[in-house]
Amino acid sequence: MEVTIATGRQRGVRLIGAAQRSAASAPSAASAPPQLALSLALPDGSSLVPVVRIGEYVRLGQVVAWSPDCEGTPLHASVSGQVSAIELRDAIGMSARMPAIVIDNDGRDERDPGLIPVADYTLRSAEELLARIEAGGIVGLGGAAFPTHLKLAPTPSTPVETLVINGVECEPGIQCDDMLMRYRAESMLFGAQVMLHIVGAGRCVIAIEADKPEAIAATRTAVKAAGDARLSVAIVPTYYPAGGERQLIEFLFGTQVPAGGLPRDVGVVCQNVGTAAAIATLIRTGEPLVSRLVTVTGLGVAFPRTLEVRLGTPLSHLIEECGGYTPDITRLIAGGMMMGVALPHDALAVAKTTHCVIAATAADLVPRGPAMPCIRCGDCAEACPSHLLPQELYRHAVEEDDAGLARFGITDCIECGCCDAVCPSQLPLVSVFGAARRQLQVNTVTTERRDLARQRFNAHTQRLAVEQAERQRRLKERRPAGRKDE
Amino acid sequence: MPPVVLLSGAAFVLALLGAWVMQRRSPGEQNDEQTLIDQVDALLPQTQCGQCTFTGCRPYATAMVRGEADINQCPPGGHATAARLARLLERPSKPVDPVFGDPLAPPLVAYILEELCIGCARCLPACPVDAILGAARFTHTVIAADCTGCKLCIAPCPVDCIEMRPVVHLAAPH
Repeated sequence: MEVTIATGRQRGVRLIGAAQRSAASAPSAASAPPQLALSLALPDGSSLVPVVRIGEYVRLGQVVAWSPDCEGTPLHASVSGQVSAIELRDAIGMSARMPAIVIDNDGRDERDPGLIPVADYTLRSAEELLARIEAGGIVGLGGAAFPTHLKLAPTPSTPVETLVINGVECEPGIQCDDMLMRYRAESMLFGAQVMLHIVGAGRCVIAIEADKPEAIAATRTAVKAAGDARLSVAIVPTYYPAGGERQLIEFLFGTQVPAGGLPRDVGVVCQNVGTAAAIATLIRTGEPLVSRLVTVTGLGVAFPRTLEVRLGTPLSHLIEECGGYTPDITRLIAGGMMMGVALPHDALAVAKTTHCVIAATAADLVPRGPAMPCIRCGDCAEACPSHLLPQELYRHAVEEDDAGLARFGITDCIECGCCDAVCPSQLPLVSVFGAARRQLQVNTVTTERRDLARQRFNAHTQRLAVEQAERQRRLKERRPAGRKDE
Repeated sequence: MPPVVLLSGAAFVLALLGAWVMQRRSPGEQNDEQTLIDQVDALLPQTQCGQCTFTGCRPYATAMVRGEADINQCPPGGHATAARLARLLERPSKPVDPVFGDPLAPPLVAYILEELCIGCARCLPACPVDAILGAARFTHTVIAADCTGCKLCIAPCPVDCIEMRPVVHLAAPH
């Protein structure tokens, strides 16, 4: 794989020779495993609260966990069967073990009778549809898992003019959005129309990468068939990370989403193609988010393909569905070749954020030499799609200078890895930034707590001093006047 | 010797003396010292636990800046804090001296077993951050979000109804 810095309006890198190995057949449904584990972990490190008990019988689509403080959306059983355990398990991308609900699949897929479709969404209010989307457990399926109902919720001060359906799957390896557009474009467009109805936007742009001709053709056909003048297709050149929400908006409209702001501030709401299709399924069948498309690829797996997978399916089962490992498998990765995380084992379960599993061999991995000192060439700054100065961020991160990190915009780092890929000194920039960003969050909370403790300590000390002085004064007053001169 | 020379000589000596005094205790210097104490204090964990042998974090910070205490006396801050203090004060870095306490101890909060509490109010003034809510002859309780885990409330309790528990959730302050 060769890396060059993208030029002009494209901010990022071009990855030349990145292999796309998934077979181009229609995504089939993976068989449901005999036992699955639904992880309750949320991206921020907190977790959902289970609402079922061990031994309870659950039906497909029934709520098994929810978020009392509305930080996450409910989680539903992806099969019918008995809850055999609620225990701590390893979760993808989590350093600590997180609670998970283990369900023994009875193979009958008995549906929860409470799942009812919406007959005509155009007659329903935005609030009602948003409540349904929340109850349907729908989150952004592009990888961030941000609750969709929050992203679509109306904000009167910033009206939405454009809905962007993000089909720019810029990371090499991942193919689930490509497959979805090829084979389920009609469903995706229906979901987009529902979202247009909710946010009241006048137009919808479906952004697709130039290297996906089949997806472009299928989507164009579906747009024509839908006959909706609000829908249009935009072709985005192939570079990385063109599919980042902010990067895509900047490329399409030439406007930057302000730091610390949201796409809404520039009149845009961006949703992944998979999210749109999930909304379509929810409205048409009443079925909540219980499965998703997952690409299994890499030289380490016998038959790479994209599958429709039930949430909670163990990765080992998924690999079996793809013909098992090849002998030269060296590393299992969740996510793409650029942003994916290496996994410790394959007893982890597919979550709402799992879009890709790469069984990599030595040939898939880019060899990395030892880190050398920064020569201040500036390549990282040229490649950075967030307009940051990685060389400066690196200096401040090494010095643990929180103020410096904040000043150079560490919170705007999307951890795409472009700086890393172009660095001639092979500095581990993105892992340093990731660690620094999380440490900064921890430090911010710690500093707040410290300031509060300092303030309370000062108040306490002052109060004790005042009380002491008062006691002295009273003691003096009580003394007889005659003994004053003694 | 002509008086002019004598006088100017005396003036020169006085000026020198004045400059020396000014340099030694100028308001600027005092401000500098206060700023440095603030910076050192900001690095300390503000548990106000007194394990450093001083009465709180700020007194310890002051002692460090004046060269009266070493940088390795804060167990709650751990080795990382000792290293940061060494860097800020330009002194040799060294790990926390275990004489002062265990630098690897997990963060704790005080918990009052309310069925045992007799409402004697003796722990209230002992808490350096006023994190105990209560009054004489009323059951006391610890506001966990404000508790720094200093353990200073344990000794004054006559019925031993206060115990230290691990921090379950490091919540943001209200």
